Amino acid sequence: MAKPEAGIGGLEYDAKRRAWPNELNILLALVLIVAAFEILGRLLLGESFLFNTREGVPGFFNEQRLQIIILQVSIVGIIAIGVTQVIITGGIDLSSGSIVGATAMIAMSFAQVALVNGNPNPKAIFAAEGWLDLPVIVPVLVGLGCGLAAGLINGTLIAYTKIPPFIATLGMMVAARGLARWWSKGNPISFPTDSYAAIGQGMNPVFIFVALAILFQLILTYTKYGKHCYAIGSNEEAARITGIKVEHHKVLVYAIAGILASVAAIVLSSKNLTAQAGMGVMYELDAIAMAVIGGISLAGGRGSIIGTVLGALIFGVIISGFTFLRLDAYYQEMVKGAIIVGAVVLDQWRQRRRSQRA
Amino acid sequence: MSEIVLKTEGLTKHYAGVQALEGASFELRKGEHVAIMGDNGAGKSTFVRQITGVEIPSRGKIIFLGREVNFQSPLEAREAGIEAVFQNLALADDLDVPSNLFLGREKIRFNLGPFSILDRKGMREATRKALEKTAVKIPNLSSTIRHMSGGQRQCVAIARTATFPSKLIIMDEPTAALGVAETAQVENIIRTIKQNGEPLILISHNMRQVFDLADRIVVFRRGRIAAKLKKSETTGEEVVAYITGAKTDPNLSDAA
Repeated sequence: MAKPEAGIGGLEYDAKRRAWPNELNILLALVLIVAAFEILGRLLLGESFLFNTREGVPGFFNEQRLQIIILQVSIVGIIAIGVTQVIITGGIDLSSGSIVGATAMIAMSFAQVALVNGNPNPKAIFAAEGWLDLPVIVPVLVGLGCGLAAGLINGTLIAYTKIPPFIATLGMMVAARGLARWWSKGNPISFPTDSYAAIGQGMNPVFIFVALAILFQLILTYTKYGKHCYAIGSNEEAARITGIKVEHHKVLVYAIAGILASVAAIVLSSKNLTAQAGMGVMYELDAIAMAVIGGISLAGGRGSIIGTVLGALIFGVIISGFTFLRLDAYYQEMVKGAIIVGAVVLDQWRQRRRSQRA
Repeated sequence: MSEIVLKTEGLTKHYAGVQALEGASFELRKGEHVAIMGDNGAGKSTFVRQITGVEIPSRGKIIFLGREVNFQSPLEAREAGIEAVFQNLALADDLDVPSNLFLGREKIRFNLGPFSILDRKGMREATRKALEKTAVKIPNLSSTIRHMSGGQRQCVAIARTATFPSKLIIMDEPTAALGVAETAQVENIIRTIKQNGEPLILISHNMRQVFDLADRIVVFRRGRIAAKLKKSETTGEEVVAYITGAKTDPNLSDAA
């Protein structure tokens, strides 16, 4: 028995009846989806989705599949961490996929080995002939700077011209993709230095994703920045009246989202050893989908990074599960769309039920 | 006479050609509770928005504690010592009670600029004390405001103004949406404020409440101050007459 805890003014409440955290529902959904694939796999194919059934391979779980799932969602997951913060403040960011494209191109062109001097060749800034391997810090900082710049432009437009986030970031989405194409006149940029290539190898994307997720979960929970994100998304007018610097905060939130998109770009281009202008197309929607599946309310004010991480895992499991069931890729897209809509419908229904109960 | 806390001279506000407030000259002395009455659109809330820094007046002077002030934001007004409970409550629905009480001025454990670490325990304790002081009943501090009744929300908003040391408290229709018991609770808080000698401006439509709680009554009509009455020298009928314009004060205006 939970002992009733004292409230204010002589009232008591039962700690057991406290609201069931939304994240547990998402976790439950994840477990159910995994179980569904497990059952379908055993029924239809006689294979296990989750467990290791192969002879001579050690391990209880099908580690290869699990690795692919988390590796697959990690890069978009990094973007989703930023998108989550934007959505919590009541905004939306459609530009992250294009920022990935532009950043990957620009960062990669600084990361190319000395012998490759494609067009453009920004390494020439550092040495007259351009015959130079730049230390890895240069492309990384240039990349982060691109994301920061794009985020600052998004945030400044939204905070100070009062245009809707949808429009501002839509503009950035188109413009940044244009920048990505213009940068190398549409050519791919390849052959990074070994040190740049090392960033995204192996399970590094997963480690970076998890580290950033933990960092921002802590920031959202324990810092003023986090509190103000929720306050602005919950009631922007109230936030303004109580003296929160709403405009500054919005610029900061979009800047962080931009930086996270550029982190994803650096990891992705490093992992693929190449950058193309088309990189990151639709990533913004995948990232938004992860957040929405993870219970982030599009109305703002609600959600957490933990939710988004779980949302990302659900996303990854579903894609991997469809491949496992040998489902045609065309169907996958359609089902993915249905899942996104379903998650929003579920969120609305849950909110309605919750407010009725209260 | 005791010292003047707040004084406005010819305070005027235009919204794109509409004169919401015209030449309002107003005085509030230490320890005084003044009620502002008037019809909808009479300029009461507009007046309050000017002195709390939510809006910037088109013309006129605001003198607070003997100093002319020019608030550019609600935060500046608040830092100067003006606390306000707004009509729309200015609460964040998705946050819990301590977060709302300390919204915009969180207690900080480590200062790291925007990423400063919050002192959650400190805020919780201070909230508990503040709410107990104002006799507010709230079962669970960590549930979000969304799940609370109108009265509880109102009490949280009022407790917020009562928590921080202030030199002037302004309440814009604090009981408009409340039931009988909740109204009584809010009125008790206002009486406590009176006992502490803190000045207060109360906007209300409730005649009984105004005569119960205020020392003076200022009537707004069509953006102008139509009457300044002492409670002891007026009646409900007279106040109503000023509100509807059946009676006008020749000293004050052309506010027909």
